[in-house]
Amino acid sequence: MLKKRLIASLVIKNGIVVQSIGFERYLPIGKPEITVDYLNQWGIDEIIMVDIDATREGRCIDPELIKRVAKRCFVPLSVGGGITSVDQIHTLIHSGADKVSLNTQAFTNPSLIEEGARFFGSQCMVVSIDAKRSPDGSYRAYTHGGKTDTALSAAALAEQAQAYGAGEILINSIDRDGHKNGYDIDLIRSLLRTTNLPLIALGGAKDPLSMKALLESCDVSAIAAGNYFHFVEHSATIAKAYLSRYFPEQIRLDSYSDYRDFSFDEMGRIVKKEDNSLRDMLFEFHPKEVI
Amino acid sequence: MKKIAIIDYGMGNVQSVANALELLGYTATITDNHDLLKASDAYILPGVGAFAEAMNNLRARHLIPFLHTQVIEAGKPILGICLGMQLFLKSSEEMGLHEGLGWIEGKVIAMTPDSTLRVPHVGWNDIVAKEGASLFAGVDQDAHFYFDHSYHVVCEERYISTKCQYGSYELTAALQYKNVFATQFHPEKSQTKGLKLLRNFLNFVEEHPC
Repeated sequence: MLKKRLIASLVIKNGIVVQSIGFERYLPIGKPEITVDYLNQWGIDEIIMVDIDATREGRCIDPELIKRVAKRCFVPLSVGGGITSVDQIHTLIHSGADKVSLNTQAFTNPSLIEEGARFFGSQCMVVSIDAKRSPDGSYRAYTHGGKTDTALSAAALAEQAQAYGAGEILINSIDRDGHKNGYDIDLIRSLLRTTNLPLIALGGAKDPLSMKALLESCDVSAIAAGNYFHFVEHSATIAKAYLSRYFPEQIRLDSYSDYRDFSFDEMGRIVKKEDNSLRDMLFEFHPKEVI
Repeated sequence: MKKIAIIDYGMGNVQSVANALELLGYTATITDNHDLLKASDAYILPGVGAFAEAMNNLRARHLIPFLHTQVIEAGKPILGICLGMQLFLKSSEEMGLHEGLGWIEGKVIAMTPDSTLRVPHVGWNDIVAKEGASLFAGVDQDAHFYFDHSYHVVCEERYISTKCQYGSYELTAALQYKNVFATQFHPEKSQTKGLKLLRNFLNFVEEHPC
């Protein structure tokens, strides 16, 4: 059975990974290659890396950066930021990316989706949509890093992207970004109705409980989060261990240390083991996995 | 240590495959040069892209008869990944009807989305390997691998080494026919299980007589 993917969304600004809050404020996290290395070891299912300065500066995400991070990335890597041509997609894939993510261009030049799909296949073309709730309750798609109103609903843009040959849609909520108030379920549902492409939900995750709430209410293909992964040791493994308790058939949890035998508190954090179980572990043999 | 070449025909995520091989201790040559390819002991044919474009690129580099000589006649081991696997078949229905390398009888057809089934089939899925599937030696029976494709391979049972279930589709996840190996999923992007599979391929290459 196909599993629900847990995806880390890494926001790059000035060449480093940052925490993004409401598309307005940014806090430094660290080097992209180190972040990727850790997430890979913790059993993340996929990594999306977007350079948010690129479009504004009229350039494409740096292929050299992709080369560096891809060295330690043995999970799929989607990259985005300022991509405007098939040649750039070609260079990025040659540098170690597996898919590309289009945002501004998906609206201003949707034929790039079509051209990209013709050369690289639809499965390579991810369209990422940033949406904001309007006063009338509808969801509008924004481009240029959440600055420009497209006057199009997020759901309509997703439908259009599908018609142009996109292979996946990533929906991000500008209102929820970095605010830890949970995924915007209404927004996500509006896209699930208009497209039958795999949908990745992003924006608002606080902890594994937010992810559980998302899976309970929507049939998304993947759960993405940014900030959550940066501030908790083994974040990806712990989130999966928590989710697999509620959705045992739908989560890939096959890393050697999988936190299966831990308990969780009401915030989805792991709880210290009982003294006697810690004592029993003292003499356990943990062989190194040889490949 | 035998020499591995990753065939660079302008389509694949060649760097991802090279990175995985590097972790396993191999420095692969990424090339479309016939002399360099001739000097290699085994090949990996990666693939991210559209079928017709891939065949055009192989044709433009005169690789179709070349690979036939090296793989089918000389018996050098080859591993096709994703689109690379689909190219081994007789034909594909991706955006028209196109002829493939034809080493394996069968065809590549589209998956049809419905209300419950989203296409592409993208993400981690568990596989069932047949007994004797040498690529999967030491890999757990229910191990997960990363898939990303909208078309799938339909061929005779004897070529199929591994299957995978997606909705009502029983998909061909891997092929094995003499010295020809292929996976629909991406071993280079399937963490430790994928690396183990690549190690099994490399072990096969090391023990292979030619």
